[in-house]
Amino acid sequence: MTLDLVIQIASWACFSIGGTFLVIGALGLIRLPDFWARIHAAGMIDTLGSALVLAGMMLQAGLTLTTLKLVLIGLFLFVAGPTASHAIANAAWVAGLKPERLEKDEGALLGRKSS
Amino acid sequence: MAKAIALGIALFAFWLTLSGHYTLFLLSMGVASCGLCVYITTRMGLIDAETVPTQLRFALLTYWFWLIIEIIKSNKDMARIILSRKIELAHQFVLIPTSQQTDMGRVIFANSITLTPGTVTIETAEHALLVHAVTPAFVPSLEEMGRRVTAVEGAQA
Repeated sequence: MTLDLVIQIASWACFSIGGTFLVIGALGLIRLPDFWARIHAAGMIDTLGSALVLAGMMLQAGLTLTTLKLVLIGLFLFVAGPTASHAIANAAWVAGLKPERLEKDEGALLGRKSS
Repeated sequence: MAKAIALGIALFAFWLTLSGHYTLFLLSMGVASCGLCVYITTRMGLIDAETVPTQLRFALLTYWFWLIIEIIKSNKDMARIILSRKIELAHQFVLIPTSQQTDMGRVIFANSITLTPGTVTIETAEHALLVHAVTPAFVPSLEEMGRRVTAVEGAQA
């Protein structure tokens, strides 16, 4: 009975902390000034936000097949998420989008690809 | 051959996870479909170090654990930036040298950089990655990350 309580508490802690990070990420999407800053807020949402919500669901499901499926969802998210982020960032860079104030730029050292 | 068997085992484990019905008929159908997939993949010549990365060391699991802690840390830093009264950013494009020998190692490194909020890989070059960071504070930990990825990438195929 007490173990059940501990699992419930841990699960809800995951849900609420994960939810908090989702809200902060959403707030960041609005508050941050430009594309290059906002992409990091989006990164927060699909790393810790989604991971903690998934962890909470795993604790709810217990040792079942559902938990394994949730692990797989998390694994795919952790591969697909950064790939998509990179594709967006790369597209912006190729298109020549620059942050409004760039403190340090080593991008010029890299020969830009023609494609 | 070893890679084809590894692919078959991985596919069947995936099938078992998604199916949830364990009768003899359905299991044999699963084995048959996995076998067919492995056959087609072999025939297409797609079995290499990229599709079946068995060369990766088991230390990848401890690397993932380390990466999760890094992700939590940088999430905290990023949340602090977003919630601060006045948002202070110092955008930078930084070149990060890569010491990985294989494409797989470089992909793991680039994706790990993108996974930690505050840094995003923008472009790849022969021996470096172009990374965008919102403040310089996010950059120093990338050096250790690169070393750890090189340690788990395994031999060149």
